[in-house]
Amino acid sequence: MKLNANIPSGPIGEKWGSHKSSIRLVSPANKRNIDVVVIGTGLAGSSAAASLAEMGYNVKAFCFQDSPRRAHSIAAQGGINAAKNYQNDGDSVHRLFYDTIKGGDYRSREANVYRLAEVSANIIDQCVAQGVPFARDYGGLLDNRSFGGVQVSRTFYAKGQTGQQLLLGAYSALNRQISKGNVKMYNRHEMMDVVVEDGKARGIIARNLTTGEIERHGAHAVLLCTGGYGNVFFLSTNAMGSNGSAAWKAHRRGAMFANPCFTQIHPTCIPQSGEYQSKLTLMSESLRNDGRIWVPKDKKDAEAIREGKLKPTDLPEEKRDYYLERRYPAFGNLVPRDVASRAAKERCDEGFGVNATGQAVFLDFSSAIERYGKTEATQLGIANPSNEKIIELGEKVVSSKYGNLFEMYEKIKDINPYKSPMMIYPAVHYTMGGLWVDYNLMTNVPGLYALGEANFSDHGANRLGASALMQGLADGYFVAPYTVGDYLADEIRTGAIDTNSEAFEKAEAEVVDRIDKLINNNGTRSVDSFHRALGKIMWDKCGMARNAEGLKEAINDIKALREAFWNDVKVPGRKDMYNPELDKAGRVADFLELGELMCLDALTREESCGGHFREEHQTEEGEALRDDENFAFVSCWKYNDEPSKAELVKEELTFENVELKTRSYK
Amino acid sequence: MNLTLKIWRQNGPDDKGRMEIYPVQDINPDMSFLEMMDVLNEQIIAEGKDPIAFDHDCREGICGMCSMFINGEAHGPGRRITTCQLHMRSFNDGDTIVVEPWRAAAFPVIKDLATDRSAFDRIQQAGGYVSVNTSGNTIDANAIPVPKTDADRAFDAATCIGCGACVATCKNSSAMLFVSAKVSQYALLPQGKVEAKERVRKMVNQMDLEGFGNCTNTGACEVECPVGISLENIARMNREYLSASLSSAE
Amino acid sequence: MAKSALLGSSLAKKYWMALTGLFLSLFLVAHLAGNLVLLGGDASAADFNAYAEFMTTFPLIKIVSYLLYASILFHAIDGIVLTIQNRKARPVKYHYEKPSANSGWASRNMAFLGTIVLLFIVGHMATFWWRMKFGDMPVDALGQKDLYTVVATYFTTASTAWLHVALYVVAMIAIGFHLWHGLQSAFQSLGVNHPKYSPVIKKVGKIFAVVIPALFAIIPIFMFINQ
Repeated sequence: MKLNANIPSGPIGEKWGSHKSSIRLVSPANKRNIDVVVIGTGLAGSSAAASLAEMGYNVKAFCFQDSPRRAHSIAAQGGINAAKNYQNDGDSVHRLFYDTIKGGDYRSREANVYRLAEVSANIIDQCVAQGVPFARDYGGLLDNRSFGGVQVSRTFYAKGQTGQQLLLGAYSALNRQISKGNVKMYNRHEMMDVVVEDGKARGIIARNLTTGEIERHGAHAVLLCTGGYGNVFFLSTNAMGSNGSAAWKAHRRGAMFANPCFTQIHPTCIPQSGEYQSKLTLMSESLRNDGRIWVPKDKKDAEAIREGKLKPTDLPEEKRDYYLERRYPAFGNLVPRDVASRAAKERCDEGFGVNATGQAVFLDFSSAIERYGKTEATQLGIANPSNEKIIELGEKVVSSKYGNLFEMYEKIKDINPYKSPMMIYPAVHYTMGGLWVDYNLMTNVPGLYALGEANFSDHGANRLGASALMQGLADGYFVAPYTVGDYLADEIRTGAIDTNSEAFEKAEAEVVDRIDKLINNNGTRSVDSFHRALGKIMWDKCGMARNAEGLKEAINDIKALREAFWNDVKVPGRKDMYNPELDKAGRVADFLELGELMCLDALTREESCGGHFREEHQTEEGEALRDDENFAFVSCWKYNDEPSKAELVKEELTFENVELKTRSYK
Repeated sequence: MNLTLKIWRQNGPDDKGRMEIYPVQDINPDMSFLEMMDVLNEQIIAEGKDPIAFDHDCREGICGMCSMFINGEAHGPGRRITTCQLHMRSFNDGDTIVVEPWRAAAFPVIKDLATDRSAFDRIQQAGGYVSVNTSGNTIDANAIPVPKTDADRAFDAATCIGCGACVATCKNSSAMLFVSAKVSQYALLPQGKVEAKERVRKMVNQMDLEGFGNCTNTGACEVECPVGISLENIARMNREYLSASLSSAE
Repeated sequence: MAKSALLGSSLAKKYWMALTGLFLSLFLVAHLAGNLVLLGGDASAADFNAYAEFMTTFPLIKIVSYLLYASILFHAIDGIVLTIQNRKARPVKYHYEKPSANSGWASRNMAFLGTIVLLFIVGHMATFWWRMKFGDMPVDALGQKDLYTVVATYFTTASTAWLHVALYVVAMIAIGFHLWHGLQSAFQSLGVNHPKYSPVIKKVGKIFAVVIPALFAIIPIFMFINQ
C-alpha cells in the first residue's frame, strides 16, 4: 500500500496559495444538500463546524461533554504562536516554520508546517475580531511572550487562560451558526463508530449518553476533531473524558494511525502526590520565562529536603544545581519540552529529586521577583528600596503575569509559590501522533478527515509550546473548510445518505453488541482499575525513556491486561440511561488496544527523536541520537485484526527547505 | 480521615430523589473532593451497587463541568475554587458532608448530581457572539488599539467558566452573573460594541424564557463564583439593557 | 422580542422596583421632616396641624401623593410577582443551605421585610391618613384638623399606647433592614456600579437605613416617655 500525501507542487511559499485558488468549489445550492459531521468541539472542531456551516454546508456537531465549551482545549494555558513580528525581533513565517520543524526534531511534513506558519497571523486577526480579549500593553496593542525552543517573542496570550479564551471565541462562532440553524449541536453524544461504505466515510453511529439511545447520522464527510490520546497513560494533563476512541474506531475502519509513539511529556506539571491521584495538573510553560529550574547539588541536601528536614529556601545559591542553565547555556530554562523533561528525569533518577517521592524538581521565582522588584522600584522612583519593598513589588509583577497559575498551584499543593519554590515533574501532556492525513487533512479513508491534535501532521516528534492552539484553529478555520470542498465537489450528486444501508445496520449491530458485552460482563474489577494498570505499564515502559526489552514486555503485558479486561471488567448500571461508567469502559477498551500499537511503534523506531527517547540510541552526553538515514519517515500503521499485527507503511519525509541538523540548544 | 457523606440520589429527571448516607474511611487529606468521590464510587461498585453519577472533566478548575453543592455552598467551602479544586484538607475527621446537585428549574437533574445546563448554551446562542465570518480576512489585529483597562476588564468578565455556581447559589436561581459576564466582555471591546444593544436584549430575553429567577442583588453569586466574576458586570448589563430598551424602536 | 423590554422582562421589573423604591425613600425624608415637629410637644401642635393640612390639601402635593400610592402599590405588587417567579425558579429546595456564607440576612429577606412594612403602612394609614381624610377629626384652636391630638392620644394616652409604640418601633426596624439592602441595591439595579463611587453609595445607603428609621422611631418613644 502506498500513501500519497497530495502535496501541491511548486515552491514551499506558494503551495498553499496556489492550492487554495485551484481547489474545487461546491456551489451554494449544492452545499445545502451536503451533510458534514464534526466530532469534537475543541478548537479544531468548533472552528471547523462554524466555518463549514458559514460556507453553507449542513453541519452536525457532536461532543461528549454537556456543552461544546467544555472541550479540553479550554485548559490550554500559555498562549498561541503567530508570526506577526509585532515585537520587531526578526520573526517571520519562515522562522516559525523553521522553529516548528526543528522543534519537532525533523519528523514532520514540511508543506503542512509551512502552511501552518503562513496562516498563523490570520488566526490572531480572526480571534481579535471575534472579541477574544488577548493581553495588551499600555498602548492598547497586543502583548507577546516567549516560549520554549525559540528565540523570539511570538506568543499571544490571555493570562494563563489562552486556551479558554480561544475556545470560547470558537464556541461563540459555533453558537452563531447554531442560532442560524446551520449547525445542529449534539451535546452529551459520543461517536461509537465511523460508517464506511464503498470505501468512503458515510456517517457515524453515535450514542446519546443521557438516554443510551443509539443513533445513525449519515454524512458526506466526517471530520474527527477529537484531540489526543494521552489518557492512555491514565495519569496525564488531559481531562478525565479525553479519549482516543474516535481515532481508534477510524483506525479499525481502515484509517492509518501515524507515529502513535510520539507523546509529549510536559516538563512543568504538579508532581503526583498519591496513589489515588486521578490526573496531573499542568503549570504553563510560560513559567519557564521567569522561573529557574534547580535541584540540590548535593544528594544529602536532596535527601534532607525530601524528608522535610531542610527547606529549599534555606539552601544557599552555591549549593543549587541549575541544571538546564548548566547543560544548555544558549536556551537555558527555555529548552524544548522533551529536552527539559528528560533532564528532570535524569536528575531525579540520579537521586537529586525533591518532594517526598523524590520525583520532582524546583521551579524557582525568587530571582525573577527580585529582578522585577528592582525594575519596578526604579520606575516608581524609589531611591533605596528595602528588600521587603523589592520583594513586594516583584511579587506584584509576577502575580500580574502568572497570578492564576500560582493560585492554582497553591490550591493543589497548599504551598505558597511566591515564598517557596514550586515543585514540578514531567507528565504526559500531548500526543503528536494521530491519524495519518494528507495535505488536505484527509485520512486515507476518503471523506474522513482528522483535524487538530487528532491528526499527526504538524509537530513531528515534539511539539513546541503554544503551537497546539495554533494548529487546532488553523486546521478548523482556515484549512479544512477549503480542502473539504475538493472532496465534496464529487459528492453533489450523491444525495442524502441512506442510513438504512447494510453498512449502517452492521456498524450499529457491532456497537450494540459491544455495549451489551460490557454491561453484561458481570466481572469483579472496576474500569478504573484496568485503566490504572494500563497507565502504569505505559508510563514505565513507553514513557520518557524506552528500550526494546521493556517495549516487548509492555506489548505482552497489555495483551494480557486486555484479555483480563474483557473477562473480568465490571460495568454497573444500565445501558439505557446516563451511565458514565459504561462510557468510560468503552474508552478504556480502546486504550487497551491503542497502547499496544504505541509500544509496537516505539519498538520499531530504532532511533531517538523528540519525545521518543530510546535508551539504546543516545549520545555519550545522554542526548537523543536521531537516525535520519533510516528513520526520516512517518510510521503509518494499518489495522489487521489486532493491534500488534498492524502493518507498517512508511511515508518518506523529504526536506527541501531546511537542512537536517542535530538539534542543539547548547 | 473518616467521613459520613449524605448524597442526593436521583434515578433520572422524573424520579423524586432522596438523600442517602455513605460512610467513607481512610481518606487522604491531599485528595481532591472528586478523587474522594472516585474512591467512594469504587467502593459502591465493589458492593455491586449503582455508582453516583456526577459531572466532571478537566479536574483543574477550568472546564466548568464539575458542579456539586457541598455543605450548603456551591463548590463547597473555600473561595475561588471549583469542586475539583476543593481538597479534603478543608474538612475534619468525622465530619458529615452533605452533597447535592445544582438545584434550579432551568437545570433539571439528569441523574444524581449531574444536571442539564444546556440553558446556558441557548443563552449564548441567542447572542453571545460577534457577527464576524471566519475567513481570517479581517483587519489586522493591531488596527484598533484597545485601552488596557478595557481589555483587562473584558478578560476578567470572559473568564467565566459557565459552571452555574451563580445559579445554584442564588436564592432565586438567577443567571444574571453568567449572562452579564458575556454581555460585559463584548460591551467593553470595540469589536463587540457594534451589536451590543441587540445582543443584550436577545440574551436577556432568552434568559427569561429559560425560567431562571430574578436578581435581587444579594451578591451571593459573586462570593461563590469560582473565578470571581464581579457584580459590576451585572450593573453593566443593567445599564446596557436599559439604554438598549429605551432606544429601541419596539 | 414579544415581551416589552421595559415592562415584562426580568430586568424591567428590577428597574421599576428600584425607581419606586428610591422614590419611596425620598418620601420618607419629607415625611420625617414633618414628623419631627412632633418632638416640640404640645407647643408645636398648631405647626404640626398646619403641616398636615398643607399636605392633604395643596394640589401639587396631592399629585405627588397619588404617585406615592401608586409607587407603594407597584413596589409591593412587583415584589410579590418577583417572589413568586423566584420561588418557581427552584422547585426542589436544598436539604442543607448555608446562605450566611455568601450574603447578608436583609438581602435575602426583602420580601418578608417588605410584607411587614406593607402591613404597617396599611395600619398606619387606617389610623391616621383615613381618619384625617374621611374620619371624624377634632379641631384645634385655629380651626385646623387636630391631627396632633390624634397622634398624641394614639401613642400616649390610649390604653394600648405601649403596644402602638412597640409595633411602630418594630416596623421602623423592618424598614431599616429593608433600606439597608434596598437603597444600594436600587443603584445596582439601575446600573450604577463603579469602583470609585459605589463604596460611597453603599455607605450613604447604610447611614440612611439607620438614621431615618431611628428618627422616626424616636418620636413615639419620646412622646410615650414624656406623657
